[in-house]
Amino acid sequence: MKKIIVVGNGMVGYKFCEKFVAQETAKNFQIIVFGEEPRPAYDRVHLSEFFDNQDAKALEMAPAEWYSENGIELITGERVSDINRSGKKITTAKDREFSYDYLIMATGSSPFVPPIKGVEKEGVFVYRTIEDLEGMLAYAAKLKEEKPNARAAVLGGGLLGLEAGKAVLDMGLEPHIVEFASKLMPRQLDSRSSQVLKLKLESIGLNIHLSKATNQILGDGKITGMEFGEDDVLDVDMLIVSAGIRPRDELAKACGLEVGVRGGIVVDNTMKTSDENIYAIGEIALYNQMIYGLVAPGYDMADIAVRQILGETEAIMPESIDMSTKLKLIGVDVASFGEPFMPASKGHSIIFENKTEYLYKRINVSLDGKKLLGGILVGDATDYSMLHQIYLNGMAIPENAAQLILPASEGGAAFGDVMDLPDEAQICSCESVTKGQICGVIESGEAKDLGDVVNCTKAGTGCGGCKPMVADLTNAKLKSLGIEVKDTICEHFDYNRQDLYQIIQVKGYTKFNEVLDNHGNGGHGCELCKPVVASLMASIHADTANKEYAIQDSNDRFLANIQRNGTYSVVPRVPGGEITPDKLIALGEIAKKYDLYTKITGGVRIDLFGATLRQLPLIWKELISHGFESGHAYGKSLRTVKTCVGSTWCRYGMDESVSFGIELENRYRGIRAPHKIKGGVSGCIRECAEARGKDFGLIAVEGGWNLYLGGNGGANPRHAELFAEQIDNETVIKYLDRYLMLYMRTAKPLQRTAAWQERLEGGLDYLKEVIIDDKLGIAEDLEKEMQTLVNKFECEWTQAVNNPEMMKRFSHFVNSEEEDDNLVFVPMREQKMPEPWSN
Amino acid sequence: MEEVLEKYRATKLEEVKVWFKAASVHDFPADGGACVKYKDKQIAVFNFARINKWYACQNVCPHKMEMVLSRGMIGDEKGTPKVACPLHKKTFSLESGENLNGDLEAIATYPVKIEGENVYIGFLD
Repeated sequence: MKKIIVVGNGMVGYKFCEKFVAQETAKNFQIIVFGEEPRPAYDRVHLSEFFDNQDAKALEMAPAEWYSENGIELITGERVSDINRSGKKITTAKDREFSYDYLIMATGSSPFVPPIKGVEKEGVFVYRTIEDLEGMLAYAAKLKEEKPNARAAVLGGGLLGLEAGKAVLDMGLEPHIVEFASKLMPRQLDSRSSQVLKLKLESIGLNIHLSKATNQILGDGKITGMEFGEDDVLDVDMLIVSAGIRPRDELAKACGLEVGVRGGIVVDNTMKTSDENIYAIGEIALYNQMIYGLVAPGYDMADIAVRQILGETEAIMPESIDMSTKLKLIGVDVASFGEPFMPASKGHSIIFENKTEYLYKRINVSLDGKKLLGGILVGDATDYSMLHQIYLNGMAIPENAAQLILPASEGGAAFGDVMDLPDEAQICSCESVTKGQICGVIESGEAKDLGDVVNCTKAGTGCGGCKPMVADLTNAKLKSLGIEVKDTICEHFDYNRQDLYQIIQVKGYTKFNEVLDNHGNGGHGCELCKPVVASLMASIHADTANKEYAIQDSNDRFLANIQRNGTYSVVPRVPGGEITPDKLIALGEIAKKYDLYTKITGGVRIDLFGATLRQLPLIWKELISHGFESGHAYGKSLRTVKTCVGSTWCRYGMDESVSFGIELENRYRGIRAPHKIKGGVSGCIRECAEARGKDFGLIAVEGGWNLYLGGNGGANPRHAELFAEQIDNETVIKYLDRYLMLYMRTAKPLQRTAAWQERLEGGLDYLKEVIIDDKLGIAEDLEKEMQTLVNKFECEWTQAVNNPEMMKRFSHFVNSEEEDDNLVFVPMREQKMPEPWSN
Repeated sequence: MEEVLEKYRATKLEEVKVWFKAASVHDFPADGGACVKYKDKQIAVFNFARINKWYACQNVCPHKMEMVLSRGMIGDEKGTPKVACPLHKKTFSLESGENLNGDLEAIATYPVKIEGENVYIGFLD
């Protein structure tokens, strides 16, 4: 039986054992493993988790029993001190001798401590072993008792340094990162991504000091500070040195193995050292003049060594080693793959950067644009696996490579094109309808339009959230079969919404029948074209929904949102979410009087549910007498402008978000649009109003507002895009007037701003040209039209309750005062709800 | 809940035994509907003013058994007069009662006649 001695029980040393015993022929070998640390190998990559639970066992690669169960003798706490190559023997620090046939050097590395004056002081630690961590914890605990706001610095802003930074955070000390280079993670990141990472880390409380060369550690016995220059001192109570690693090659040097100039045991592609009976793997091995400080190549090396010893001589390390990494640093995704930095002579870089969201994506593409060479992701590494696969397999990339990293957007666009989805992709999850089924019914001729597709497959008949995608897919499929896709609103008109807008505007029509008689196909209208025309009349003439109520969408007809049992909800406008206690009391008293289920909505207002048709005007009369007006929660119109409290109260506020939110809500209230519109105004970049999730969003910054356009929640959440920066209130209103009016003029029915904006030819740049630069010369018209609508605003509930003729529609029966006897409410959490549906 | 539906039987003109005087023609919006109570029934009545025709059907939508059809929008699909339920936009023919955009059970329709200014709905009993 041959003997193998493994020197070092770190992650790679353990992996060698694991891979060795998995081989059938392993039983012909006896393995002895030496570890200098007191415990068996543990996961050093996740060392910082030790701070969460201080559970060393949880980090173990395998428990001590595993070694004996697999016939391996593990000797911990005993360092190998000498190698006698000619006699094939090692000696330990306890002066014991063991002979070997093969020796595996897996001694790893040790932290590099730069020779800075005072680095030996108490309170200076390195970050490598569990013992190091235990030392830090004990010191930090003591520190905090003496000084509750103690600070700790990490010397080194590389990968491990940032891990150590998390450790400092977890220990409850004020964290500082000190880096010699001008950027964080200099080996993995370029300057811009490093800057994005820096901003992100600062936002979660890390203090980052770049381009700092530490001259001296200050303090009398104990560390009290770090001195960079004469007047440049950082007061700290503790220091963790994480300035790189050095291979543990002293043993190899002593026995005359070939080592590199800057350390590391030289190996060939079989992991053999200059002695054919000695292998080196992991961070100690110098392969291709490189030390590979990552676990994955270390494991590969272990695998090669195992197979070589067992006679698989063809097993060799590849020439180039994939150094791609993806990790979560203090909760931030950071990934790099292939060649993260690339000389301009080799290819082009495509960079997407969004500092407001701490996002950075860079891909490097070959000069011919066909291959992905590498890249960097910070903030969001969800694309990493896909990009890494493309890179590894040399797969073809889209002609517009930017698609690989552009943010996902509404509808099918997240997939590039809805037609690129695999056939098995589920489009409608309520009815389990796949892309293949939808395409199938179109191909077979069973379905000739969207309506047919819905009838044949039931797609979109559940929650309806997938409707835009079903429509996109249907249109794309029809087009691909050469079938003309008419963009008309329904069978009654050969026009789309934009055409009708112009027709109604130019001809000045005020009634649905005028439009239908003069421009329709001879039919009588339907639930599709009627609300579209109603909305257009409102957008063009500022008509309220009372004007021709029978053509209004069901909710507009009764100026309330129909609920699932046919009762309605009541939402008065609460501009910007600001409400006086008196009004709040009034709302409560009215809700109580009519026994309405009461809930605060997602849009900072109060929703009262369960009103019958007959109760609606009674409730509204009371609301109006308390100074409320319609909130248009039922309309395809402005809903709310959500605000955070802003500089009137908030200590971080940069501007009066509430005041401006109220102004905007009152400006655009009641205006009918292709779909609902929501706004948000945040007083600072903390974005408490979630303004970027709205159709229009404002964030106060130094020097004005940043305006974001085209966001929404819903089935396809989408962040609004930054449209203009640091603009004043007046400019915001000017741009918004133009934007909303353009949207009202040109969008399709029931198309939110996000989808409209995305499908706009020329995209955001075009929008900027039209709205900011007035390329089409229509800006003044748009503003005028909007101003007319603003001036003509009238509360339609006030109109209705003051007009006996209009009031007539609010009763369940035309021939009886009775209520719907089919209504059943059941109690729920001290309120009520409609009896659940039975089917 | 299904017993709600049993009250409603599609009625043909020639079967009518009772003509119920529901309301005045002015109680119904042009090209819209309203609900009439007759005994324990709720009947949706629609005034297709464009073509000077009237239709009636059960007020309950067979999808979720809610009394809402009278509040739906009306129009036509390839010439067939229809109503769209305000809850989920299920559409029904006002002639045959058939569900036009799905396979729900047909709704019961009733004959309507106008005499003078009054709207009458025809029932079996």
